Amino acid sequence: MDFTLDVKHQMAVDLFRDFAQNEIKPLAQEIDEEERFPAENIEKMAKFGFMGIPVPREYGGQGGDPLMYVTAVEEIAKVCGTTAVALSAHTSLCIDPILTYGTEDQKQKYIPDLAAGRKLGAFGLTEPGAGTDAQGQQTKAVLDGDEWVLNGSKCFITNGKYADVYIIIAVTGVVEKKGRPVKEISAFIVEKDTPGFTFGVKEKKMGIRGSATYELIFTDCRIPKENLLGQKGKGFNIAMHTLDGGRIGIAAQALGLAEGALDLTVDYVKERKQFGRAIAAFQNTQFQLADMATKCAAAQMLVYKAAVAKATQKVYSVEAAQAKLYASQIAVEVTSEAVQLHGGYGYIREYDVERMMRDAKITEIYEGTSEVQRMVISGALLK
Amino acid sequence: MLKIVVCIKQVPDTKGGVSFNPDGTLNRAAMLAIMNPDDKAGLEAALRIKDSQDAEVTVITMGLPKAEAVLREALAMGADKAILITDRVLGGADTWATSSTIAAGLKKLDYDIIFTGRQAIDGDTAQVGPQIAEHLQIPVISYAEKVEIDGNDVIVQRQYEDRYHKIKTSMPCLITALAELNEPRYMTPGGIIDAVDAEITVWGRADLPDLDDANIGLAGSPTKIAKASDKVKKGVGEKVDMDPQEAVDWLIGKFTEKHII
Repeated sequence: MDFTLDVKHQMAVDLFRDFAQNEIKPLAQEIDEEERFPAENIEKMAKFGFMGIPVPREYGGQGGDPLMYVTAVEEIAKVCGTTAVALSAHTSLCIDPILTYGTEDQKQKYIPDLAAGRKLGAFGLTEPGAGTDAQGQQTKAVLDGDEWVLNGSKCFITNGKYADVYIIIAVTGVVEKKGRPVKEISAFIVEKDTPGFTFGVKEKKMGIRGSATYELIFTDCRIPKENLLGQKGKGFNIAMHTLDGGRIGIAAQALGLAEGALDLTVDYVKERKQFGRAIAAFQNTQFQLADMATKCAAAQMLVYKAAVAKATQKVYSVEAAQAKLYASQIAVEVTSEAVQLHGGYGYIREYDVERMMRDAKITEIYEGTSEVQRMVISGALLK
Repeated sequence: MLKIVVCIKQVPDTKGGVSFNPDGTLNRAAMLAIMNPDDKAGLEAALRIKDSQDAEVTVITMGLPKAEAVLREALAMGADKAILITDRVLGGADTWATSSTIAAGLKKLDYDIIFTGRQAIDGDTAQVGPQIAEHLQIPVISYAEKVEIDGNDVIVQRQYEDRYHKIKTSMPCLITALAELNEPRYMTPGGIIDAVDAEITVWGRADLPDLDDANIGLAGSPTKIAKASDKVKKGVGEKVDMDPQEAVDWLIGKFTEKHII
């Protein structure tokens, strides 16, 4: 067991760090303040291959692995939680299911544009009445000749109006399971500008305010029959497996937010003077920093372990759930402690830790709440 | 196909500490290292030429084995081939010994354009590039802030104190690049993956038969370092409080006294 990154991954971390500091950080405050989607960041990331890191070369990707991808999300989240989640949703929730479940034709049609960042991806599972509880789904897809007809709506969709390719989960019928009727769920690829596919309200959020979170509305939206992703009726499995991967991305985002807040706090406590000394000289500050750094280190191990598990194991639900549960929890704690150590300034929007604290909270909620992660982990223990 | 060779150097990151050997030379092993910024601009200029026409970019460096890191970075940015000149007997070289050694390496290669940085942030001599050109008997244009290819010629905008010179020369030639020449590109994740697995050609003393022993290493370096130290902090200066006219007269007096004007 070796806990060091190899040369390849270390070089990639150096690249992502440089890029994040030089290209992403300068915009972070502005996009939060203006609640503006950072399209220019996506364009810059696309230029250097960041939108297709864990995608095989044959589909126009970089040929990296999940670990390299999560270090990108982590480094970007250190400076901008919004940009990190745009990258995570695109890669984990849109590219990954097409790569895993798509036909060769679907992969050839969609992946090269997504991997190059010419197109942006999104994923729609959540509905007003159903999140992780897939059986509560109301959006329906009915086969009519050579087309599926979609009706219903999805909410809280990351990359909302700015995406081009959407993975949509919908009910395709009712089947009997263990003598009970249950909804049959399937997955589809839906392209933007398909007639009948429109956008509802843009949500106003506490954090990740640059992230475009929209409602998607399907009204007699007809998509080609061949846009069914995977087998009919396997949509629930596809969605859950996709979320296993997505959770590693969100865990990396949470980790990055915590680490970014810690870095800023270390700099701040050396400069800030009280009672004639830098506040770094006080043992309370030192002990708090020690705890924050230890939490970050532990979360990083879980996140990297989950990323390696995704590359080497068929099932990695527990690793992903543990990484997300813990990283999101410590992201909330560490960013809050960072604000506390910044004192009054930490509460002022001019200081980045204020934004980071707001950004951190969502990591305990989306792509499965902490409670859902505990269900996944305990479910595996007790089965 | 245009053959471009870029000479790059691994230099101590000025953000890290500076450390010296007892003989006054830099203790490179003890310092964090980066690709010299002017050299990186030379590499970017070469890669931009490659973006627009059929060209092959080779990077070459001389240094400790760990200097391989800057070659891999250059490969990850898009260079095609990399050569490392490394040998204990070449250590401690001044600009003369360095340029002699690198020129001996370049003589083994085909080239149309050689890029070097204007100067390295560790030595700041700006001598190695022009010396290499002299050894190779090719034209040199230094301080390039713009580079264009025009058939078999190269047109370079050379920075000068208060103006620029537009100079045209035929290939082969050597150009020394300024960091201001361009904004170097980032590596790509895929570029890194390939770069780490790429083969790097390693040349030692024995691979450079054209090189005279009198011109290599510390012994072959005519420059002797009397003393080297980290930056000396400037004093606090002198503060004065007087009305503007009086202040101007006072300042002019100071300038005259110090022979600035």
